[in-house]
Amino acid sequence: MTGIRLVRQREWAFPPAPVRREVLSATPTGAADAPPVLFVAGFGQGAWVFAEHWLERTAERGFPAYAMSLRGHGESGPAAKATLRAYVHDVTQVAASLPRQAVLVGHGASALVVAMALARYPARAAVLVAPVFGGVGAAFSALGRAPLGTVPALFGRPLRLRRGLLLSREVPAADARRYAARRRGGASGRAQWQLVAHRAPEEPVGNPPVLVVGSPDDRIAGRALAAVAHRYGGAPLLFPGMGHDLMLDARWQEPIDAILDWLDKPGQ
Amino acid sequence: MTDECAAPAARAPHDSREVYDRGEAVCVIGAGGSGLNAIKNLREAGFSVDCYERETGVGGAWNWRHDRSPVYASTHLVTSKPLTQFPDFPMPDDWPDYPHHSQLLTYLERYADHFGLREHIWFGTEVARVEPVGDGRRWDVTIRGSRGGEPRTLRYAAVVVAAGHNWSPRWPSIPGLEEFRGQVLHASAYSDAAQLRGRRVLVVGGGDTGCDIAVEAAQQAARCWHSTRRGYWYLPRYALGRPTDQAGEALRWLRLPLWLRRWLFARLLAVTVGDVTRLGLPRPDHKLYDRRPVTGGQLVDHLGQGSVTAVREVARFTGDGVEFTDGATAEPDLVVLATGYRPVFEFTDPELLGIDSDGCPRLRLQLFSRTHPTLAVAGLVQPAGGLFPIVHWQTVTIARWLRLWGSDPQRAAALWARRRRGSERPYTRNRRAASGGRRLDVDHVVYLRALQRSLEELGAAR
Repeated sequence: MTGIRLVRQREWAFPPAPVRREVLSATPTGAADAPPVLFVAGFGQGAWVFAEHWLERTAERGFPAYAMSLRGHGESGPAAKATLRAYVHDVTQVAASLPRQAVLVGHGASALVVAMALARYPARAAVLVAPVFGGVGAAFSALGRAPLGTVPALFGRPLRLRRGLLLSREVPAADARRYAARRRGGASGRAQWQLVAHRAPEEPVGNPPVLVVGSPDDRIAGRALAAVAHRYGGAPLLFPGMGHDLMLDARWQEPIDAILDWLDKPGQ
Repeated sequence: MTDECAAPAARAPHDSREVYDRGEAVCVIGAGGSGLNAIKNLREAGFSVDCYERETGVGGAWNWRHDRSPVYASTHLVTSKPLTQFPDFPMPDDWPDYPHHSQLLTYLERYADHFGLREHIWFGTEVARVEPVGDGRRWDVTIRGSRGGEPRTLRYAAVVVAAGHNWSPRWPSIPGLEEFRGQVLHASAYSDAAQLRGRRVLVVGGGDTGCDIAVEAAQQAARCWHSTRRGYWYLPRYALGRPTDQAGEALRWLRLPLWLRRWLFARLLAVTVGDVTRLGLPRPDHKLYDRRPVTGGQLVDHLGQGSVTAVREVARFTGDGVEFTDGATAEPDLVVLATGYRPVFEFTDPELLGIDSDGCPRLRLQLFSRTHPTLAVAGLVQPAGGLFPIVHWQTVTIARWLRLWGSDPQRAAALWARRRRGSERPYTRNRRAASGGRRLDVDHVVYLRALQRSLEELGAAR
């Protein structure tokens, strides 16, 4: 992680273009002291992936819950040339619009976006779910594992991954097909390349606690889990047998309950 | 969040009055933009904070309901959002490039609510006195209700002054001003264009406020004169396809040298407005960026329409008229003095802040008292960009510095001694330009780099 930089001329001079952002929400019944939780959907996914199970579950546990799609994803406005910085801007914009200091939860490549956003917004806490921090090694291993989906991505086409990589076999085939049909939009070619080659996220501001959650059997993020968790001075919370999309998998309830238990702990 | 230090306070006798010892808590004076930011960053660093605010709401100068607020109905930011917002709390994308003052108040209120700052603020409470005790590292702060009430004294580990410096009008001494029979108003008392309607108005002062009021007078008043002491650079709101300040940052980001940036902007003005002396304005007597440029594109338009007449410095007032230094005269019935504000700190001894004859504090890093390491003034700068990004890093520096006093006093004392020896220089591009009563001016990039060095030094010391 790099040190703090006070003079940010590039960010001052070139603010990302404003865009419509899709934000879904679920409010807990009764007065809630708990901080709002903002889920950020990963590359190629929209806010709906959290609306399926996790959003409701979070609200039931007393947290105001929000889920957002990055620009160019889901129902958010189109952004063919979006950069990682624009995605970070989306996250900080939505987080700052919430009534209270929020917990940020990023999935997949959006875990990297959230990690970067932590340097631009003092989150109360952050959870990186199945984080994909990219890098050249990850790109090669993706190329090896899913050449048909990855090769077009080299030419700026959206990265397409087989269902088998995203979900475990426990998910009924009908559901898996339904999820696949709901994909709309995706990361820009530029952002995909930036995922391969980017600077390490800057140090988080406000010293938030960071939790890393994932599955060792996730063939996309599984192997890097320990390294990412180590970066934040901890060990990952593991849910064996699940795929990359923990929030859509058959046993979706286990990870979200663990995350909320962690948030409920005093001091978080 | 619970306040660890709010536990039963130890009491120590002081001047026959009781002193409530607040332990390691920090006192913040004022809940305007700088004060709110100080609370947030000090809390983030783990301090308990008591903030005293004389008004009943947050926002300070930006809250138009406050007696001391200098804003008028049409006040808009003169810097665009990215250069104005706190670096960790962006303004909404759907706001305009240059938000209105009411939006800025909304922003500060949302900031206070978002980070739960209100529970640390004592509203309607004024700070009457701030005195060092013992070795000069701890502070006795005497407070009382703004509407009266018994004073109380509390003891703090540190004091952060964020009382603002744009509320005490600076009245110029112009011969004959007392004899003038028309109405004389300081810009602080100007709130609405209706005050100008149908009047013959003379606006004195070439700053952003003076230009704003002259533009309003051009549309509302029967006649408008605009008196400036010198020639200024009037920049438009937009240049090179973006807000002018963003364009300036883009050029700096490209590492264009100062002379080239000056030349570019001078060319830009030359091919659009051209020679300003045709409009009756004096030629700028300084190079661009030596002083804060004025966002006065609209003023230039009105000069071109003849709805504003540019006049020189006021030489003297006569009974019912004004004489200017070049011999011209005018007969206004309303004079608006947009001559700025002077910093005032009523609650401390002037020596604590190094306040000299001109009333301007001399501070280490334009931030810390030179004599007392646990006394700081946040937001006492006049940057060409927005204030909040600078205040943010100022209060982060204060928090880290106070942390070091708590965790490693020896190291802190050593750093402090080193700092005391270091000489102070103006944080502007051009050192000459900072002299002469504009000591609060800073170039935001030069100043932020100085703060960054200071933070790195403190970080290394951790």
